[in-house]
Amino acid sequence: MRMKHLVYPTQGLHEDDFKQGKVLTETWHVKAEYAWDTGVAIGRYLAELKNGRLVGRKCLKCNRVLVPPRMFCELCFRPTDEWAPVQDTGTIKTFSLCYVRWDMVRLKEPEIPIVLDLDGASRGIGIMHKLGEADPKSVRIGMRVQAVWKPADEREGSINDIRYFKPI
Amino acid sequence: MGMRRVAVVGAGMTRFVRRSLETGRELCWEAASKALESCELTIDQIDAVVAGTAPDAFDGVHMKSEWFSDGAGAWGKPFMRGYVGGGTGVFAPAQGWYHVASGLFDTCLVVCEEKMSPTQPHPQAAFNSIFDNFTERALGPNLLWIFALEMNAYMTRYGIKKEDIAQVAVKNKRNAADHPASLLGDRNITVQDILNSEVMAWPVQRLDVSPITDGAVAVVLAAEPVARRLTNKPVWVEGVGWALDTSYWTNRDLAYPTYVEEAARMAYKMAGITEPRKQINIAEPYDPFDYKELHHLEGLMLFPKGGAPQATSDGITQRTGDLPVCPSGGLLGVGNPIAAAGLMKIAELFWQLRGEAGARQVPGDPRRGVAQAWGDLMQVGTVVVMGK
Ligand SMILES: [Zn+2]
Repeated sequence: MRMKHLVYPTQGLHEDDFKQGKVLTETWHVKAEYAWDTGVAIGRYLAELKNGRLVGRKCLKCNRVLVPPRMFCELCFRPTDEWAPVQDTGTIKTFSLCYVRWDMVRLKEPEIPIVLDLDGASRGIGIMHKLGEADPKSVRIGMRVQAVWKPADEREGSINDIRYFKPI
Repeated sequence: MGMRRVAVVGAGMTRFVRRSLETGRELCWEAASKALESCELTIDQIDAVVAGTAPDAFDGVHMKSEWFSDGAGAWGKPFMRGYVGGGTGVFAPAQGWYHVASGLFDTCLVVCEEKMSPTQPHPQAAFNSIFDNFTERALGPNLLWIFALEMNAYMTRYGIKKEDIAQVAVKNKRNAADHPASLLGDRNITVQDILNSEVMAWPVQRLDVSPITDGAVAVVLAAEPVARRLTNKPVWVEGVGWALDTSYWTNRDLAYPTYVEEAARMAYKMAGITEPRKQINIAEPYDPFDYKELHHLEGLMLFPKGGAPQATSDGITQRTGDLPVCPSGGLLGVGNPIAAAGLMKIAELFWQLRGEAGARQVPGDPRRGVAQAWGDLMQVGTVVVMGK
């Protein structure tokens, strides 16, 4: 049997059909709110962010310092052993220059998401954050960066207590 | 393993479009009925149904597979949904395989559907909840970030240029020009067109990425005795594999897809493949981004790490090359209704191995193909090996 016969043509809509209001749009206001528990490891991580510090958890079996911290080592499948301070400096592992928002609105100046290895965490144990105070053209993998913290009285125990990382 | 042999005996699909007028249920019915028609079975002769679809949030309908299940022919039947994000389209036939291989059912209809278009203003809104709720979502992430971060890591590790990667998009969009279901087939597209397209999240440009798409695909699986009665051209499921990497995605090596390698090793072992590059004649790796085809070809161990761009430049992956890759046109060319796009790759291997792919037919006598998909928080690999 020829494949053409096995494809149903379907009917497509065009952008203009939306502009001309030919498409039924129902707006549904989601009322759900979530009261998430932070858990043991991330709870401590966020609390330390409020203090202007970054912490990980160490597994003494595989000898890794894990960030974000967790109470178990997924590699050894056993409890992690101790809290380990990590520095607020690090190295960019990879980055992007993003010219669109999540809703696809265009940006003139790009947002610069990065994955960085924090000093004191194991190599390759990166976290995601954003880069600021940087010329987009100058960003490089391997670039050294440091956290720019909110003032102590504005911190609220959130990953955004670090505004962004900046080149050093 | 004491498993029965299982064959794909039928396939059908809808055209992939940016926004379909049909509902998800209607798309499922069209694909499922075409698949049944292709092997002259009726729904009464189907013992079980497996459905695949990616996030419920695209449609704003919770438990979406149950919602469209009537269209998928599941009424009154054993039914199962598998969900591993983008990996779903190749995971669903693996689920169907073990339903039949185990001896529990003789036939199984596998239906994958996706309508990405309902979410306004953009399905990215539905995607943001894949990020960790405390450590990442609070940063206001954009789904493109993670792919751009991965693509940059891959390019930097191996010194790959944008031009090298853009060739994948060109190849697949050109291949798709021969596909009757394609959204983005373009016989005349060039590397320059890709490089001139709008920068979304550098290094990802508009034509490096597959678009929002709606569509559905279905295949029929049958146990060996049934398959032999139905057709003289069964295409056997020779091996299946799937593997999950950590959801701490920033903790991973972003330049190499370990999850694909793990899944491929499982599938290859089952299929008796010891030298993938020699024993596989067609590959349909998951290509929602052009760099992902390269990444995944390396994870499938078809080319050495960092070696897939050169193989692409050398024409090895062209439809007429030594190892045709995405002769269908892939997600970059046919389109990307996420779960349906993965199952489209299974359907493509079915048609290719039977010599029924029409203008897309790879030359020679391809005997074995591999399809692969990838999903969840960039962490799952799903692989199916098919042969005749
Ligand atoms: Zn450990």
